[in-house]
Formats: sequence, structure tokens, C-alpha cells
Amino acid sequence: MTALADTELETETEELTVREAIRQAMREELRRDEDVFLIGEDIGVFGGVLEVTGDLYEEFGPERIKDTPISEAGFMGAATGAAATGTRPVVELMFSDFAGVAMEQIMNQMAKMRYMFGGKAEMPVTVRTTEGGGMGAASQHSGTIHSWIAHFPGLHAVAPGTPAAAKGLTKAAIRSDDPVFVFENKMIYEQKGQVPTDEDFTIPLGEAAVEREGEDVTVVATQRLVGESLQTAEGMADDVDVEVIDPRSLYPLDTETIVESVRKTGRLIVADESPLSYGTHAEIIARVQEEAFFSLDAPIQRVGTPDTHMPFSPPLEQEVLPTGEDVRNAIGRVT
Amino acid sequence: MADYDLQSEAGRRDALRRMVTIRAFDEEAGDRFADGEIPGFVHLYIGEEAVGVGTCAALEPDDYIASTHRGHGHCIAKGLDPKYMMAELYGKADGYCNGKGGSMHIADVDEGMLGANGIVGAGPPMATGAALSIDYQDRDQVAVGFLGDGAVAQGQVHEAVNIAATWDLPAIFVIENNHYGEGTPVEKQHNVDTLSDTAQAYDIPGVTVDGMDVTAVEEAVAKARERARAGDGPSIVEAETYRYRGHYEGDEEPYRDDAEIERWKARDPIETFKDRLIDRGELTEDEFDDLQAEVEAEIDAAVEFALEADDPTPEQAYEDMFAEMPPEIDRFATAARTDGGESGGDRR
Ligand SMILES: Cc1ncc(C[n+]2csc(CCOP(=O)(O)OP(=O)(O)O)c2C)c(N)n1
Ligand SMILES: [Mg+2]
Repeated sequence: MTALADTELETETEELTVREAIRQAMREELRRDEDVFLIGEDIGVFGGVLEVTGDLYEEFGPERIKDTPISEAGFMGAATGAAATGTRPVVELMFSDFAGVAMEQIMNQMAKMRYMFGGKAEMPVTVRTTEGGGMGAASQHSGTIHSWIAHFPGLHAVAPGTPAAAKGLTKAAIRSDDPVFVFENKMIYEQKGQVPTDEDFTIPLGEAAVEREGEDVTVVATQRLVGESLQTAEGMADDVDVEVIDPRSLYPLDTETIVESVRKTGRLIVADESPLSYGTHAEIIARVQEEAFFSLDAPIQRVGTPDTHMPFSPPLEQEVLPTGEDVRNAIGRVT
Repeated sequence: MADYDLQSEAGRRDALRRMVTIRAFDEEAGDRFADGEIPGFVHLYIGEEAVGVGTCAALEPDDYIASTHRGHGHCIAKGLDPKYMMAELYGKADGYCNGKGGSMHIADVDEGMLGANGIVGAGPPMATGAALSIDYQDRDQVAVGFLGDGAVAQGQVHEAVNIAATWDLPAIFVIENNHYGEGTPVEKQHNVDTLSDTAQAYDIPGVTVDGMDVTAVEEAVAKARERARAGDGPSIVEAETYRYRGHYEGDEEPYRDDAEIERWKARDPIETFKDRLIDRGELTEDEFDDLQAEVEAEIDAAVEFALEADDPTPEQAYEDMFAEMPPEIDRFATAARTDGGESGGDRR
């Protein structure tokens, strides 16, 4: 279950933003392992469009912070080939929407090589990418696509909701010998929180965190919706005792922690920014009903994007973007 | 629709006016973005006006263009109305896309403008596709795909040019070489020195022209258009130009220095063309001042229009996903819009 109780609180912590936590994770792993390098568009002198790689170029230079031409299929393929031949690339895919350009390399090469080759290919590659609406970036720069990747056999997908998760998951991803996609919600880069300073702090893939304990209803929330669900839970604390779980890792998914919680509360809300049909919500709900059907006291609710793209105009974007308010309404429907 | 060419005095004056309009529009858009009125990203075309205007001057009104993320200039060159463009940048219901697209996705297919595009390199396949329907239906048009120097590195650009070349489609690929893709200089993105040399791989003509000179661009595109209409297939025109502003507004530009910017500004496309018209006795400084004042009034009116236009209604968020709406969206929208109430589903 949650690593929070066991290790995270015992170590020393410092306050970091999500952005700083990810950068620190990369800095530490670049220092620790010579085989690790970063590759992507404008991640060097420019520092990344959302400033995540920042000053890493100053310390590590162009050999290890590699600026590429604008060629997502090309560098996704190059990272795949590099990972298969002895190095540990960390790709920055500027916006997750651009996975469309690189999808062939992701789904037919990166994900399948080890399997197709009878286990005779290594694939220690990390792909960091940004997701989410909320900054008026319109449909081609605001997508939440993690359900595609989590769906695809051979790939891991993680999606941090806190600075600690951001650091621990990024480090675990880089140390993993399998392809791991790290989905960073672009609206929470400035969110602050306590992060362990221990350079060996990682969050194993497949471990959820109970971010708030409660007795009445379980909210499984991801990314930006973790913080917003926690706020909602505090706001409703007089009426209903809400448990908030950040699965952190979408694939593998910590089914046990979620199921245990639903056995206790009998109610479940799944809040994730991806479109509602055929996705992350459905997977979590399917697992819960397989394991804990008879513990349920109310229909499971889901909060997500209502099967539209992310529109540009702020009133439209606000309309379709799932928020803590939607989580509150969902809780209201079942308690 | 835009119907102007550089062969007549009136056409040249129109072209100058369009360049001035592009600059005034983008300067205003930059200011309004800085003021926080315009959401999202804006990529300004200032400095590159001669490329869009020179290209569109060589086109007929019903030709197509497929644009890029840096699309405001292409829109104005093609004849779109700054008023509805500005409303789109503001995310208003009266904008070209009813506020759903914004700066990076402005489009007016009826005007032959197939859209700005948030995906680098996605314009050329669109142009190849438009050229395909022109060819298929024996229509008397061409399609231009604009792309940046950075976009030349995209796989789909190669595929689009190759298809158009192999099938002799009436397409023209205009590379706007402004010497940077975001912060990365062109020589760090490509092994060739001259991007139009890539044309050799497709056995089509490739030329490089001075993109600060509207006439040079117009001549090259006119030639490419002639070839396309004769059924001989596509061409690549590379226009060497420069963006004066950052990649997008807010770019701190750690990758270049002021001296470089000043060198390019000394060859400003508007100043040069204006001076040429004055030398030819087609324009006076006073007339130019009047023209500039008129344009500024037009842009002010566009901002006024955009500010006063209505926001889209929240319900519009659910429109336009399909021609025929599936029930899911309505169902999810209704659920999202109910506060509390029924939980749905069977009761035990
Ligand atoms: C497929 C894809 N990759 C990356 C980006 C991010 N991006 C937007 S503009 C740009 C630079 C494009 O350079 P260039 O083609 O030279 O056009 P310019 O901005 O110079 O006009 C990049 C990398 C994108 N929008 N789409
Ligand atoms: Mg460029």
C-alpha cells in the first residue's frame, strides 16, 4: 500500500514545486548514471517550453541534454533504438498531443520489441510529456491521452498529482528497465509540497497513496484533481468523511489499495481528466466491481471530460474541464 | 476574398496595405496578450509579412492555403477579416471558429484558408489533399502549404511532398525560413545549407528567394503556380525571412542577440516595399501615413468588436463534435451540469 507511511515521512523533506521536483529527479539521475541522457525539442538553452528541464543544460551540456530537430517520430524512434542498445534515454515529448506524430514508434516498436524478440531486447526508456486543459492552449495542446498509453500492452504509465509523487515516479521511471510514460499535468507545475531529499527516494510503479483517510466515500483522483479533491474533501468535512487516493501509477495500477478503501467506504468516485468513454475511469471501476461488488452501497460515479476536445475559449474550456466542484457534486449524488 | 497582384499599381498598393495590416494586427495582438486579454499562445508574424503577402498575391482568390501556428499573416494575406480574427483570438462566439480554435487554429475553409495548425508540419499534407481534390475534379486552382524551416524535419512533410510530386498535384510548398524553430537555429536542425535543395529528392523545382522582398516571393510563387496549373506538379519555394518577436509572446530569447535582429530589421519588408513604391512615384509619404492611420483605425475597431462580442455559451462546448451527435456527450454533459441530485443506476 502507501509508501507514505513507511518511508516518505521518515526521511527529511524540503518544499518543492512539481516542476522543481521533476527537474531535481532528472538532475539526480543524470548525476547517478552516465547512461542517462535527455532528448527532446528545445530542452537545452531554451530550457523546455514549460521550463521543466530549465538549467540542466548548464550542468550537463549538449551531449546529455540533446536538442533535436522537430521530429517526434524520429526522436521517439531514436530513443527506442538507443534504449535497445545500451543507453537510458529520457524523452521530453513537448505536449502529449504530439504522440500522434510519434505513435508508430511508440506502439509498434517501443512497446513490442522486447516481446516480439522473445525477450531479447531491453527497453529502458522514459517519456515525459504534458497533459491537460486550463491554459487556453486549445485542442492540439491540451489533450489528456494517458488512457491510450495505459491501454497499450508493453508500456507503463504514471501520472503524479503531488510534488513528492512527481519526483519519486520520475526517478522510478528512469531507473525502470521498461518503457515508462510520465504524464505531467501542466496546470500543477507550480503546486508546492514536501518532497523527500534522499537521493534514493523513488516510488515503485504500481503503488497508490492514500492522501487523505476517510470513512464515507472513496475518491480516486489523478493529477490536478488530487489537489482539488483534497480541497473538496476538506470543504465537506463536516458532512462527509472523504478518503482521497492518488493511484500515481496508472499501469501497473494498485488495485488492492483502491479495493480496500471501497470495502471500507462502500462508495467510489473516479476523477480523472481524460474523456469519459472507454478509459481510465472504466478500468478502475471494472477492477473495483470485480473485487468488491458486494461492498458497494451506491452506484460508482465518474468525473472527467465529457467526450469533447478541449476548446480554446475560456468559458468553453471551463465548461468541460472537470474540477473539484464536479467531485463535490458526484459525492453529493451518492451520500 | 483576396484578389490582388503586383502587376498593377492598385494591386501593389493593396499588397502594401496588407503587410501593414498584418503588422498592426500582430502588434496589437502582442499588446493584448501581454495585458492578459488574449488567452493561450500567440505566435506573431512581424518581420515575415512579405512571405504571406507575396505568396497570396500570386494566387487566385479561390486557391487554397494551409497555414501554420504562425498564421495571422497568412489569414490577412488571404483576405480574412481582422475583426473576426481578433474575435477568435479573444475566444468569442463571433470569431472565425466560434471561439473553439483561437490563434493556433483560425480557419475559413470557404475563403480557401484551411487553418492555422498547432502541429508543426501538418499543413503540407493538408495542401497535398486539397491539391488532390482539385486534380480529381479538374478544377482550376492550386493549394499552398506553408511550413517553417523547423517543419522541414517532420516526416509527414516528406510524405506530403513526395505524394504531390509523384502524382503531379497542383501544390506549392512555401518554406518560411525564419532561421529558427523555437530557440534552435536552422543549422542545428538540418544537414543541408539550403532547404530548397530538398526538392532534388523529389525531382521537382526548388528555389530560394529573398523573403523580405514581396516581389521576389510573388514571382517565385507565380512561376510555381503556372507549373502546377500546367499539370507539371508541385514546387518548393523557400523564402528567407526573420521573425522580429520571440517564438511566442513571452519568449525570453536566450538564443539570439539584438545585433542580429537589427541586421534583419535594416531590410524591413514594409519599409523596402514602401520606398520602392515612392521611388516609382506610386506613393507619397503622406499617402503612406494615411494608409497607416486607416489600418490602425481598422485594427482598433477589430479590438473593439472583439471586446464587445459575446462569449460562447457554455452549452456550445458540446456542439460540433460530430455531424450527428452520439448520445454519450449529451448524457455526460447533463451529468456534469447537474449539481447533486440522482445518482443514476439501479437501486438494490
Ligand atoms: C509536431 C509538433 N512538434 C512540436 C511543436 C512545438 N512547436 C511549435 S512551433 C515550433 C517551432 C516551429 O519552427 P518552424 O517550423 O521553423 O516555424 P516558426 O515557428 O519558426 O515559424 C515547435 C517546435 C508542435 N507544435 N508540433
Ligand atoms: Mg522557423
